[in-house]
Amino acid sequence: MENLIALLVAAPLLGAAVLLCGGRRLDRAGHWLGTLLAAASFVVAVVLFTDMLGKGAEDRALHQKLFSWIPVEGFQADVAFQLDQLSMTFVLLITGVGTLIHIYSIGYMEHDERRRRFFGYLNLFLAAMLILVIADNYLLLYVGWEGVGLASYLLIGFWQHKPSAATAAKKAFLVNRVGDMGLSIAIMLMFTTFGTFAYGPVLEATGETSEGKLTAIGLMLLLAACGKSAQVPLQSWLGDAMEGPTPVSALIHAATMVTAGVYLIVRSGAIFNAAPDAQMVVVVVGAVTLIFGAIVGCAKDDIKKALAGSTMSQIGYMILAAGLGPIGYVFAIMHLVTHGFFKAGLFLGAGSVMHGMNDEVDMRKYGGLRKYMPVTFVTFGLGYLAIIGFPGLSGFFSKDKIIEAAFAKGGTEGWILGSVALLGAAITAFYMTRVMLMTFFGEERWRRTATPSPDAPDVEPAAETRGEHAEPHPHESPKSMTIPMIVLAFGSVFAGGFFSIGDRFLHWLEPVTGHDHGDAPIGASTVTAATMVALVIGVAIAWAMYGRKPVPVAAPRGSLLTRAARRDLLQDDFNHVVLVRGGEHLTRSLVYVDHTLVDGVVNGTAASMGGLSGRLRKLQNGYARSYAVSMFGGTAVLIAATLLMRAV
Amino acid sequence: MSFPLLTATAALPAIGAVATAAVPAARRTAAKWLGLAFSLGTLVLAGIALARFEPGGDRFQLTESHAWIKDFGVRYELGVDGIGLALMALTALLIPFVILAGWHDADPLETNSSRWRPTQGFFALILMVEAMVILSFEATDVFLFYILFEAMLIPMYFLIGGFGDRAHSGSDENAAAQRSYAAVKFLLYNLVGGLIMLAAVIGLYVVAGSFSLSEIAEARANGSLSMATGTERWLFLGFFFAFAVKAPLWPLHTWLPNAMGEATSPVAVLITAVVDKVGTFAMLRFCLQLFPEASKWATPVILVLALISIVYGALLAVGQRDIKRLIAYASISHFGFIILGIFAMTSQGQSGATLYMVNHGISTAALMLVAGFLITRRGSRLISDYGGVQKVAPVLAGTFLIGGLATLSLPGLAPFVSEFLVLVGAFAAYPAAGIVATTGIVLAAIYVLVLYQRTMTGPVKAEVQGMADLKARELVVVVPLIALLLFLGVYPKPLTEIVNPAVQHTMSDVQKKDPQPEVEAAK
Repeated sequence: MENLIALLVAAPLLGAAVLLCGGRRLDRAGHWLGTLLAAASFVVAVVLFTDMLGKGAEDRALHQKLFSWIPVEGFQADVAFQLDQLSMTFVLLITGVGTLIHIYSIGYMEHDERRRRFFGYLNLFLAAMLILVIADNYLLLYVGWEGVGLASYLLIGFWQHKPSAATAAKKAFLVNRVGDMGLSIAIMLMFTTFGTFAYGPVLEATGETSEGKLTAIGLMLLLAACGKSAQVPLQSWLGDAMEGPTPVSALIHAATMVTAGVYLIVRSGAIFNAAPDAQMVVVVVGAVTLIFGAIVGCAKDDIKKALAGSTMSQIGYMILAAGLGPIGYVFAIMHLVTHGFFKAGLFLGAGSVMHGMNDEVDMRKYGGLRKYMPVTFVTFGLGYLAIIGFPGLSGFFSKDKIIEAAFAKGGTEGWILGSVALLGAAITAFYMTRVMLMTFFGEERWRRTATPSPDAPDVEPAAETRGEHAEPHPHESPKSMTIPMIVLAFGSVFAGGFFSIGDRFLHWLEPVTGHDHGDAPIGASTVTAATMVALVIGVAIAWAMYGRKPVPVAAPRGSLLTRAARRDLLQDDFNHVVLVRGGEHLTRSLVYVDHTLVDGVVNGTAASMGGLSGRLRKLQNGYARSYAVSMFGGTAVLIAATLLMRAV
Repeated sequence: MSFPLLTATAALPAIGAVATAAVPAARRTAAKWLGLAFSLGTLVLAGIALARFEPGGDRFQLTESHAWIKDFGVRYELGVDGIGLALMALTALLIPFVILAGWHDADPLETNSSRWRPTQGFFALILMVEAMVILSFEATDVFLFYILFEAMLIPMYFLIGGFGDRAHSGSDENAAAQRSYAAVKFLLYNLVGGLIMLAAVIGLYVVAGSFSLSEIAEARANGSLSMATGTERWLFLGFFFAFAVKAPLWPLHTWLPNAMGEATSPVAVLITAVVDKVGTFAMLRFCLQLFPEASKWATPVILVLALISIVYGALLAVGQRDIKRLIAYASISHFGFIILGIFAMTSQGQSGATLYMVNHGISTAALMLVAGFLITRRGSRLISDYGGVQKVAPVLAGTFLIGGLATLSLPGLAPFVSEFLVLVGAFAAYPAAGIVATTGIVLAAIYVLVLYQRTMTGPVKAEVQGMADLKARELVVVVPLIALLLFLGVYPKPLTEIVNPAVQHTMSDVQKKDPQPEVEAAK
């Protein structure tokens, strides 16, 4: 059975290779090949899963070693896979949602002349993401980690002819590289501490080293997680990443890749468990991002960017849960899976709306679309109910558990974290209701787009506008797009309940992650009730603001906070002024220094030693050849002399 | 006596050089094919050497030894360990691609076609450089090495000064002036380094009474030759200075951007991927082996200079406006990594540094040669003259991106393996140095992706509109290099297998042991 593991990766990797090297002959069938191979990987995953279910909880993990990767003295890095319950969960999510999004893309990218390449990149992404979650050591995980970064770069910048897309792609890669630096240092620390970076030996030996070392490793892993999962302070790339085609946003920037940071922390649980200071920082990062993303989500008029803010915030929940240690690991992953369903569904819904609206992304130019796109409306609506935590739907179960776990942390800390999580739930309900109302309810504001409205200076240009200005004729999307949406809607509705009844998900993951009930100051039902109150407040405020009165087509100026939130709470401005501008000045002055000072000093030293600069000047004036000839002559004489000496 | 394989590997390109130069002026194309044939023949010989080499065997294999200048004990002594062999193979591998890529670089311009057989000369000089570089990787006699180290400057000088890049912004005369400035700067820098080394070579002879690497090393090991601390340090510095100019190490690097910028792209590859490797190779071979104590004494300063090279080179690459100068500064950053790996004096660092030399050769060749194809099409080296190339020439853009990704050490491509080994090796011995060096990871991404974005993405510029995609000849150059980058990134074992034993020998020369992992040390 373990020999099948490599097939998971091999199928999409083959697809990527064939599609990217294949040339135009494959243009007509390429998307089918890509989808087929993604589905093949999913089938393998299901086979492995069924096999795993048949075994006892403690011996479900499978290993497969392919070959020794970098054999160097004292350094062992293998290409080897490990499939346990945690990895299996991700494999199913990645291949399942991945296949659905391949199918969706067949319709969505139908008119793009580079569709074959798009599917090649998607397959490449699947392969890299699978390597990330089934590697049995941190160095191979790093390969997947950067591999998904590359795929993300290629897909965000898929419409490279648009400068904004090219810039967004570059930004995503660069910010992620800062995180990768953290992962590199973490691996180096593991190597000097444990002499290895394979999961087994490292995670079992955490007791044999100091807490300080573990804290350092933990913080470096967190830095990596912040980059990949768009957590504060490395979150700035995710909003821009919405420049990519919408299926990409759904798969990579909502359901799978951005959750890799959560995987990394949960996988490294043993390290964090022994490093409470590092855990503390994880929790703070999660809590801050949870609120940060939610606030940004409230202010965006671009539907994808609003959803991106939401993604950030929801991953904040997961990171928060992961930082709680064994109390939260299982729930972090459970929310990750349910979020994978409903957020992917929401993005596909957004894509479907854009598909029918000439690629308009500004929600102020939507409105009343429920009549024109019933399937999209219903599936998006179910996703909406799931994410705000409507009782009985997926998000209700998974988010509730995280809020409970936050309280269960105990002490003042528990109260603060619990309250932040509750506040987040209220804001989530607010911004998602806002999205829902602005898109599907209210007046049909798109009818007025014929008369150009004076754009507010603060509003960013729409991301995916491809320059069509005619009044849109909203219509439902083709079957290839709606079917994946329907399937994901099913997940959004039922997954949470399915996982929670009888604590199924808990029993499934507990052998890997461990579990602890913590020390809850208030009962579960109290938490649920408080969550419901938060939900109602959020929805009510949104309805008062966007449901009761008409939404203006041009964004109002807004409060100071709104304006800051539109600009991602000014973090981009900070980056631009300090890092981009500062960096430009630094490199420019260095270029000057190199040219005048370093070059000058070295030349000058040489000159003072041998009068070379005078000669150099002469040579520039055209004596080069004569000098070279004399050089050549000199060496020839030297060689001749040595040969002569031999003869003597 | 067995067949002198190592001599043959160096002699074949030398014969090729003479033969190519002798082709009559009118038969230009024949000269190109002849040059290519000789370079391929050399590659075959290098392949045979690889096959005959036994990884677990003697330190130096395929040895040859003949008396040369008896009075001074100078011998014609050859032999390769894994490190020399790997670099020799790299050289033999890259030259056919350099020749193919430069196929038209020395075609006479119609206006002055009366010049002296430039085409024949170009390819003859390339083969001459190949012969000397290969022999320098094989030489185990210090004096023989010195002669080659200096002699290879001559063909390089003519290649830089005589065959400049035709893409330049100023007038022809201005370009000629810049070119000869670059060539002379290259020559003078390296010559000064070489002269100081000559003094050290003579000094070594005075102290040791021999030029033979194996004799000196043996004498040092069994105690029959002991050097005063001061003497050893002076000799070390003399050797190291020459190698640091060639490698090049900050602040002796300023000749490289000029030389790589003004030379044609294949010659730039010859400089950075082949000739400069002699410098880092010689650090491992001569500095560490002959002067282990002095090497350890100088380590702190050298590590700092290496770190400065890494960061400074990368920052300057970010600030460049000329594509080729950008790649040159990136190379300076990469040489910093190589030197860091060598002087970290750990198994991982030194294996990494050796792999780095090979991988950097391949990746820079890929990036620089594609850049050259791009520059030839547009006739400009300025980044700002490009934009939107991926739309009109997707294959060119794609290969350029892969070359760039290799340069920024993306996992899955060969340079990642070596860069990570260097980082780990450095971190194990000097944690702070390892951490500073990781900033190179971020900076490399900046200069590569900014370069790609500005040249390849965005709206198509008018001047780029009619640009043709890669031709068959160019694909033959690029595709094998990329395939090799992928192969060595996924399966570097064939390379580590021959390099590891050599590194262990060097480690025992400097009497260094790898630092123990904390958990094991505690037991």
